[in-house]
Amino acid sequence: MRKLYMELIRMRFLTMLAYRVNYYSGIIIYGINIGAYFFLWSAIYGGQQQLGGLTVEQMTSYVAIAWMSRAFYFNNIDMEIAQDVREGKVAIEMIRPYNYLSVKTAQAFGEGIFRFLFFAGPGIFLISLVIPFRFPASGEDWGLYLISLMFAFLINTQINLVTGLLTFFLLRNDGMMRAKRVVVDLLSGLVLPISFFPGWAQTAMGFLPFQAVNYYPSLIFTGAISTGRAWELIGLQVAWVLIIMIPILFLWRKARHRLVVQGG
Amino acid sequence: MQSIQNAKHIFQIFADYLSQYFKTRLAYRADFLGDLISNLVSELINLVFIVVVFTHVPLMKDWTRDEIIFIYGFFLVPYALFSMFFGFWDFNERYIIRGEMDRILTRPIHNLAQVCLESIAPDRIFGVISGLIIMGYAAIQLDLSFTWYDPFLFVGLAISGALIYGGVYTAISAISFFSDSRTGITPMIYNIQQYGRYPVDVYNKVIRFVLTYILPFAFVGVYPAAYFLRKETWYTYAAMTPVMGVIFFTIGVVVWNWGVSKYRGAGS
Repeated sequence: MRKLYMELIRMRFLTMLAYRVNYYSGIIIYGINIGAYFFLWSAIYGGQQQLGGLTVEQMTSYVAIAWMSRAFYFNNIDMEIAQDVREGKVAIEMIRPYNYLSVKTAQAFGEGIFRFLFFAGPGIFLISLVIPFRFPASGEDWGLYLISLMFAFLINTQINLVTGLLTFFLLRNDGMMRAKRVVVDLLSGLVLPISFFPGWAQTAMGFLPFQAVNYYPSLIFTGAISTGRAWELIGLQVAWVLIIMIPILFLWRKARHRLVVQGG
Repeated sequence: MQSIQNAKHIFQIFADYLSQYFKTRLAYRADFLGDLISNLVSELINLVFIVVVFTHVPLMKDWTRDEIIFIYGFFLVPYALFSMFFGFWDFNERYIIRGEMDRILTRPIHNLAQVCLESIAPDRIFGVISGLIIMGYAAIQLDLSFTWYDPFLFVGLAISGALIYGGVYTAISAISFFSDSRTGITPMIYNIQQYGRYPVDVYNKVIRFVLTYILPFAFVGVYPAAYFLRKETWYTYAAMTPVMGVIFFTIGVVVWNWGVSKYRGAGS
C-alpha cells in the first residue's frame, strides 16, 4: 500500500516536471507579489522600529517566507475533486482498490515537493539577493520550520478536501472554492501577520484552523518566537489535523451514499 | 451611416448575448451566488489589509488611511468595467489551442468584438457598486467636496482606466497568435496590476516608471483618484489618463489586428 502512494507522489512530481515552463513564470509572479508587499511594508514602517511584534527586517523575511511556504502547501485538489465529480470520473475512482482521498493527498504532496525544490528554493535564493532577508540561525530552527511546514501542508490539504467533498452535495461550487482561496490567504496570515489584527479578531481566529496554515511556520522561520513557543504552535497544528479529520470522514461517508454521477 | 449601422448591430448582438448569459448562469443558482460572494470577498480583503495596517500607523508615506481607501475604491470601478468586457484571460487555451479562433473568424462582426462578447461577465457590475460605496465612505470621512462636473470627469477617467487595462490585455492575448505555446505572461501582468492600487511614491523609481509608461496601471488607480483627492502634484498625470487610455487601447487593437493577419490556426 505504501508503495502505491509513493508511486502516486512520484508520478505527480514527474507530471509537474514535464510542465515546468509554467513554473518559470510562477516564480516571477511570486516575486511580483513579494515585491509589492515589500515596498508596502517599507512605506508602512517608515521610521517605526516595531509593529505587531515584528521589526521591519523580520517583516520582510516574514512576507518572503510566507509566500514561499504557500508554494509548498498550496494545491488545487478541491478543484480536481470537483472536476472528477462533474465529469463522473469519481465513479471509476471509487471502485479502484485505494482510498480516493488519500490518493488526492498523495498527488498534492508530489506537487508540493516539486514546488518546494524547483520554485521555493530558487525563489528564496533570488529574493535574498534583492531584499534584506534573514535565514534561521540554527539547524534546530530550520528543523522546527520544516516540521511546522509539513503540518501546514496537511491542514491546508484537509481544508481543500472538505471544500472538494462539498461538490458531492452542491454539484457546482467553483465560486465557493475561489472565495475559500482568498479567505485562506487572508486568515492564514499570508497578506497580514495575525499579530497585526485587533484583539477581538485574533481571538476569533484562534478558533479557526487557518493561521496554522501559514502564520505558524512563517513566524517560526523569522525567529520572532522562542523554541518552546514554536513547539506549542506545532502541537496546535497536530490538534487541528485531528479535528479536521472528523468532518472529512463524515462528509466522505455521506458522499458515497448520495453520489450522483452526471457525466460519463 | 454604415458605421452607425454597424455599431447598432454590435449593440443588438451584445444585448442578445447578455440575455443568454443570464439564462446559463441562473441554471446553477448556487454557483452564481458563490461567484458573486467570491468577488465581493476578494474586494473586501484588500480593504481589510488597509484598515488593519492603519490601526498601527497614522500615515503611509504622506497618505492617510481614508485617502488610500478612496484610491482603492476608485480602482475597483475601472477594474470591474474592464473585467466585465475583457474576460478572455484564458484566450490562449480557449481560442488558440482548441482552434476556436477559426470559428470566430467566420463571424460577421469584428473578431475582437466577438471574443469580448463571448466572454462577457455582466455580473462584474457589482464591482462598480462596491467601488462606489467604498469611495463614498472615504469621501465622507475626508469631507471631500465635488463640483458639478466631477461626476462626468469620474465616468471619463474610469472608462479611460478600463481602456488601458483592455489595451494591455488585448495586446498580450494577441501574443498567442504568434506563439501557441503557453507563455504565462497573462497571470504575470494580472499580478502586476495590484501595484496600481497604492500610491506610486511608495515604490522605487524603476517600478514607478514601469507603472507610468510601460504598464500604466497607475493611471487606473492612484493618478486619477489623486484629482478627486485634490492632490495638485498629480494633476498632470490625472489629466493624462484619457490620453493614455486611447493610446494603449489603440496599441492593443493594432497588435491584435496584426496578430489576426498572422494567425494560421493551431487547433484540431
